[in-house]
Amino acid sequence: MLQATASRLPRPRAMPWPALRAALRRRPELLLTPLLALALLLLWEAAVRGGLVGRFVLPAPSAVLVALGAGLADLSLPWHALVTMGEAAAGFAIAVAAGLVVGTLVAEFRILERAVYPWLVAIQTMPKIALAPLLVVWFGFGPSSKIAVAAVISFFPVLVTTLAGLRGCDRGQLDVLRALGAGRWRCFASVRLPNALPQIFSGLSIAVVFAMTGAIVGEFVGASAGLGYLIVQANARMDIPQVFAILLVLGAIGVLAYALVQAARRRLLFWSPQAEPSRT
Amino acid sequence: MSASLIAVRELSKVYPTAGGERVQALSRITLDVAPGEFVSLVGPSGCGKTTVMRILAGLLGGYTGSVVVGGRALHGPSRDIGVVFQDANLMPWRNVLANVMLPVEVLGLDRKAMRPRAEALLRLVGLAGFERKLPGELSGGMRQRVAIARALVHDPAILLLDEPFGALDAMTRDSMNVELARIAAEAGKTVFLITHSIAESVFLSDRVLVMSSRPGRIVDAIPIELPRPRGLDIIAAPAFAATVLRIRGLLEEGGAPATVTLAH
Repeated sequence: MLQATASRLPRPRAMPWPALRAALRRRPELLLTPLLALALLLLWEAAVRGGLVGRFVLPAPSAVLVALGAGLADLSLPWHALVTMGEAAAGFAIAVAAGLVVGTLVAEFRILERAVYPWLVAIQTMPKIALAPLLVVWFGFGPSSKIAVAAVISFFPVLVTTLAGLRGCDRGQLDVLRALGAGRWRCFASVRLPNALPQIFSGLSIAVVFAMTGAIVGEFVGASAGLGYLIVQANARMDIPQVFAILLVLGAIGVLAYALVQAARRRLLFWSPQAEPSRT
Repeated sequence: MSASLIAVRELSKVYPTAGGERVQALSRITLDVAPGEFVSLVGPSGCGKTTVMRILAGLLGGYTGSVVVGGRALHGPSRDIGVVFQDANLMPWRNVLANVMLPVEVLGLDRKAMRPRAEALLRLVGLAGFERKLPGELSGGMRQRVAIARALVHDPAILLLDEPFGALDAMTRDSMNVELARIAAEAGKTVFLITHSIAESVFLSDRVLVMSSRPGRIVDAIPIELPRPRGLDIIAAPAFAATVLRIRGLLEEGGAPATVTLAH
């Protein structure tokens, strides 16, 4: 039966192959990257099943998938993910607003720069993640302490890039506005801020990742919900496959958040050569 | 000469340097520009040309002497002056039309009413059909054309140009000079051009003010009596060469030599 079908339709099946082959010759990574991942996963599975690595040290990929499926099915993973994402998003929003406002004030007013900047540098050199236990004491075990940690650590990338962007302003463009009698606010809105946007967006890309980190660490310290809380719980039960499943979810959220920032960047910075390297 | 559109009297400017010394950038500059006149200020690099330009544009204060533009003493930027800088200084996030409309927004003029004028100016500078392009998609010469249209959009009486084609290659520069002469004539503007190219100043101007450096002062004013409209072939005319040489002589007396090239 199979032979008969094959002999009746010998050519059409071969049709897509030349196109596919040409595509793979141009971009071999399209095939090689997934193949490599598959090979590593199989090796990993074999190593665990063969007893080469202890099940509690490194769970087999199949076990991780089972844990992931279970977590998704009973909605525990989506629920805790939503909690963490909400905290991170709120912290990120606070950090962006505060970073833009403080950065603008410091860049626009010399006096503030002299008074505040040394302090900002001093605080910036401190590992702010160390504040997490203190913030949990101050803001309690609820989401507000996680929002605070996320905001504190993602504030500085926004602040620093806003400052750098506003300072590195094009003098020629400012001259055009000043020669028209434009005031300070107009110069800021029409030249300084748009000029700073490429740098600010670099800050946002960093801050969005920091905000997730902050929320997770806050949950490590003390929480009753969220992926960080879930990791601590699973770790305590030695439920390593679940830990891995949560890490997978975290990875997916990180990629999603980063992609959102990049999409916003492409929309807003269509004119910037950094956004589109293909354009000269 | 009829009432001057620009009248500068005894203008002096001293800059303090980082070392605490004082450098006399301009020394008792006196000049007049009549309505409709095309006047160039030519001099070597560092002679204070740009200081004159920044004072006229209202970007620089702290001088002595008087500057009167359109019958009013200058205090800061004047609406009577449209400025074209050495670089086009376009906003890369605004398309060509939005760049030309920028002065309309800053000065709070009626956008709807001014839009046809902006489009007409883009036709005047030869950029019809480029309204939606971004500056990054234009050549250097085209960007400077946009800058000229932008300087003219609020209909100032005076077009003030500071080495507007200095950043362009020699061939583009020549054709832009021909264009500038046509645009100035068609727009009916008084033009004050600052340049270090003697040939450029002779080619474009009704009158050339020769400036020398340290301290910057005006050493002579040369009327250019070449017929208009002028084409690039005028460079070969004996009267053109004689005028260029005369100005060059004046500059050499005053110190540093200036460039003569108007590329062939």
